[in-house]
Amino acid sequence: MHIGWCLVIIWGLCPSGYFFQEVITMRQVAIYGKGGIGKSTTTQNLTAGLGEMGNKIMIVGCDPKADSTRLILGGLAQQTVLDTLREEGEDVDLDLVLKDGFAGIKCVESGGPEPGVGCAGRGIITSITLLERLGAYEADLDYVFYDVLGDVVCGGFAMPIREGKAQEIYIVASGEMMALYAANNISKGIQKYARTGGVRLGGIICNSRKVDGEAALVEAFAKELGSQMIHFVPRDNMVQRAEIHKKTVIDFEPECDQADEYRTLAKKINENKLFVIPKPLSQERLEALLMEHGILDL
Amino acid sequence: MREKELVLDQYNAKVYKNRKEHILQIDENAEGQAIAANTRSIPGIMTNRGCCYAGCKGVVLGPLKDALVLTHGPIGCGFYSWGTRRNKAKTESGENYIQYCFSTDMQEPDIVFGGETKLRKAIEEAMEIFHPETILICSTCPVGLIGDDIHAIASETEKKYGITCVAFSCEGYKGVSQSGGHHIANNGVMRHIIGTGDTPIHKKYKVNLLGEYNIGGDGWETERILKRIGYEVIAVLTGDGSVEGLRNSHQADLNLVMCHRSINYIAEMMHTKYGIHWLKVNFIGIDATIQTLRDMAAYFDEPELTARTEEIIADELSVIAEARGYYHSKLQGKTAALYVGGSRSHHYQALLADFGISTVLAGYEFAHRDDYEGRDMLPFIKEDADSKNIESIMVEPDPEKFKAFLTKEKYEELRARIPLDSYKGLIHDMKTGSIVVDDLNHFETEEFLRLLKPDIFLSGIKDKYVLQKANVLSRQLHSYDYSGPYSGFNGAINFARDLTMGLYTPVWKFVIPPWKNHSTLQASLAEITGGEEATC
Repeated sequence: MHIGWCLVIIWGLCPSGYFFQEVITMRQVAIYGKGGIGKSTTTQNLTAGLGEMGNKIMIVGCDPKADSTRLILGGLAQQTVLDTLREEGEDVDLDLVLKDGFAGIKCVESGGPEPGVGCAGRGIITSITLLERLGAYEADLDYVFYDVLGDVVCGGFAMPIREGKAQEIYIVASGEMMALYAANNISKGIQKYARTGGVRLGGIICNSRKVDGEAALVEAFAKELGSQMIHFVPRDNMVQRAEIHKKTVIDFEPECDQADEYRTLAKKINENKLFVIPKPLSQERLEALLMEHGILDL
Repeated sequence: MREKELVLDQYNAKVYKNRKEHILQIDENAEGQAIAANTRSIPGIMTNRGCCYAGCKGVVLGPLKDALVLTHGPIGCGFYSWGTRRNKAKTESGENYIQYCFSTDMQEPDIVFGGETKLRKAIEEAMEIFHPETILICSTCPVGLIGDDIHAIASETEKKYGITCVAFSCEGYKGVSQSGGHHIANNGVMRHIIGTGDTPIHKKYKVNLLGEYNIGGDGWETERILKRIGYEVIAVLTGDGSVEGLRNSHQADLNLVMCHRSINYIAEMMHTKYGIHWLKVNFIGIDATIQTLRDMAAYFDEPELTARTEEIIADELSVIAEARGYYHSKLQGKTAALYVGGSRSHHYQALLADFGISTVLAGYEFAHRDDYEGRDMLPFIKEDADSKNIESIMVEPDPEKFKAFLTKEKYEELRARIPLDSYKGLIHDMKTGSIVVDDLNHFETEEFLRLLKPDIFLSGIKDKYVLQKANVLSRQLHSYDYSGPYSGFNGAINFARDLTMGLYTPVWKFVIPPWKNHSTLQASLAEITGGEEATC
C-alpha cells in the first residue's frame, strides 16, 4: 500500500520520467565496427552470456541483410519490421516481428532493401520509430542491443546513437589497420552525437585476427581514445563451428574455453563503469601509432 | 545611384557584398554594365525562386497536352504543380492531359525499399486507363537521394508498351533555381523527341514557336496572327504543344524564340543539328509585335509575304485603334516595376511603353547573365559548381536532316539587321536611372516600393499580397490572374483594360487595416499599494 503511494508520488512529481528511468535502468547498447569484423557474431555471443546471467535482453538488428539474430534464433526465418510494414501497411503487430530465442532473448530485425535500391538508412529510422510506437521497448528489459551495419555511412545508420536511444557504444575492432581506421571514424560519429546527447563510448572489443602484437596495439589505441580495450576475444574455430550450427558458442558448447571468454566479456560489460566521449586520433597520429606497433612494417 | 545604395546600405557587410553585384542602376552611357546572376540565393532571404522540378515539370514539360507527365515522388510536388500556370491547351483528338495531375505518391516504404516498383505500377495503371502515346517521368528530391533508375524504367516502358517514354532527373535540389530544370527538360526533349517524326510538311514559311507557354491563351493569339499572314506553325514549345508537333519540328525554316531563358538550349541545338536559325521575337506589345513580324518577313524575304505582313499589321491596328487611344489616355505617365522569371520582365516593357508607361525597375528570378547583358557576353560567363552540375549536351549536324536555309552572305546581311541567333538582353532596352535586380527578395521589394513608388507592380503569387497591402496594383505575369491573353494586338488591349480597371478601382487603398486606426495593445497602470516610488 505504502509502496503504491510512493510510486504515484514519484510519477506525479516527475512528468519527465527521470526518476522512472533511474529506478528501472534499461541499458541501450549499440555495437559498431568495420564490415566483416564480427559485430553480429560478437553481439550474439555476448548477449548469450548476459542472458545466461539472467538479464532480459532485446537485440535490434540494423542490417538490411537481417542476419543479426540468426545465432540466437537458430535460423533466419524471421519477418523483418520493414517487410511487415510494407505488406501490412501501418497496422503492424509486434508479435509478428519480435521473436524469443536462446535465454529468452527477444530478437527483431529491422530489415531493409536489397543492395542497390532504396534507402537502408531511412529504413533503420523508420524501423526504430515503429518499434518504439509498438512498445517493443518494454520497461522490464535490462538491455537493448543494436547491431549496426558496417561504418556509419549516413544519418540513418547513426540513428541508434541519436535522440537518446543507445547510451553506450562498443566498437568491435582487431589489430588490422583498416579495422582501427574504421573504429577511429566511428569515434568521430560518437563524438559528434555525444556533444548533443548522452551517448558514450564504453570500450573497444578486440575480436582477434591473430595479428602480431594485437592486444597491445588495440589497448594503446583504446587508451588514446580515452577509452579501454574491454576484452580481448581470442580467435577460436569453435565460433565458426557454432555458427555453422546456427548457435552461439555458449549454446553450442557451453563448457569450452571460448564460451568462457564470451562470459567474461559479458561480465565486464555488465560491470563497466568507464563511459567516455572519445577523442578520435588524427590521421597522422593513427599512422604513427600503427608504426610504433610495427604494423606498417609487416 | 541613390536608390540602389539606400537599399543596400541596410544590409550587413556580408549580404551587402553579395547583393550589390545583383543590383544595377542603368547608365546608358556606360559600356558593358554587368550584373551577377544564376548564383545561389542567400540563406534566410525571402527569394521568389522555385526549384529544378518546377522548371522542368512545371514550365517546360507541363504544357505538352498529349504527354502524360508523371511526377515520381511524394504527393506534394505533383499536387502543387497542378494547373497553377494557366497554360491552356485544347485538342481535336481528345487526348489532352493538361487538366490532370499524375503522381506515384511515394510513401515511406517506397523510400526505404526503392520506388521503382511503384513507378512501374503507376505506368501500368496509366497505360490501362489513358493509353497515352507518350509518358514523361519527372523525379522529385527523394528519388535522387535513393537513386531509383527512372531512365532504365523509361526505356523498359518504351519496349513493353511501344510508346515514347522519357525520364527527367529534375530533382528539386539541383542548381540554384528553376533554370536547371529548363535545361534538363530541353536536353531530354532534344535527345528523345525532336526530329523523330517523318510526316512531310509541304508548306511555305514553316516556323516553330519556342518558349511560348500559352499562359491565358497567349500562344493562340500569336498563332492567329501568324496564320493570317500565311505562316505554318509546326510546333509550339510548349504551350498547347504536342509531342507529335515536336517530332516534326526539325522541318521548320525558322525558330521563333520568345522566352530566351527556358528554351535557348533547344534553339541552339536545333541550329547545330538541323541548321535552323532562330529569331528572338516578342509578341508582347503592339510595336514589338509589329517589329517581330517585320523581322520575320525580312528573314523569308519574299515580296508577297512582306506585303501580306504589312496588310495584316494595318488591319489589326485598325481594329484596336480606338481602344488603344482610350487606354493610352488613361495609362500615360504611369510607372511600373516588373519582376518575373526569365524573359517577361523584358517583353512587358515594350507593352507598357505602348501605353506610355515607363519601367522603373525590372528583374528576373532565374535568368543568367546573357538574359540581362545579351548573348555577346556568353564566352565570359564563368562556370561554377552549381552550373557545372547541370548536364550540357553537345549535338552534331544530322547528315540527313540538316539543311541551310540562308546563304552565308544573306545570313551576315540579315544578322546585322534582325536579332538572328542573337539576343541583346534586358539591360539594352532600359533607360538611365531605372533599376535592374537579379533574384529580388521581399525586403528589397518593399524597399523599392517605398523609394520608387511605382503605380503598377507586375510579378507573381509570392509577392502579390505584399504589393496589394502596400496599395500598389499587382498583376501576376506568371498566370495573368484570371485574364489574358496579353499577346499580339488584341492581347495588348486586354492588358491595358486590366491595368486601367485596377488603377481606377484601387480597392486596396480603401481597406484600412485595424492597426492603422485602433490601438492594438491594451494595458493599464498597476496600483502601487506600498507607497514606494515606482522605478523604471
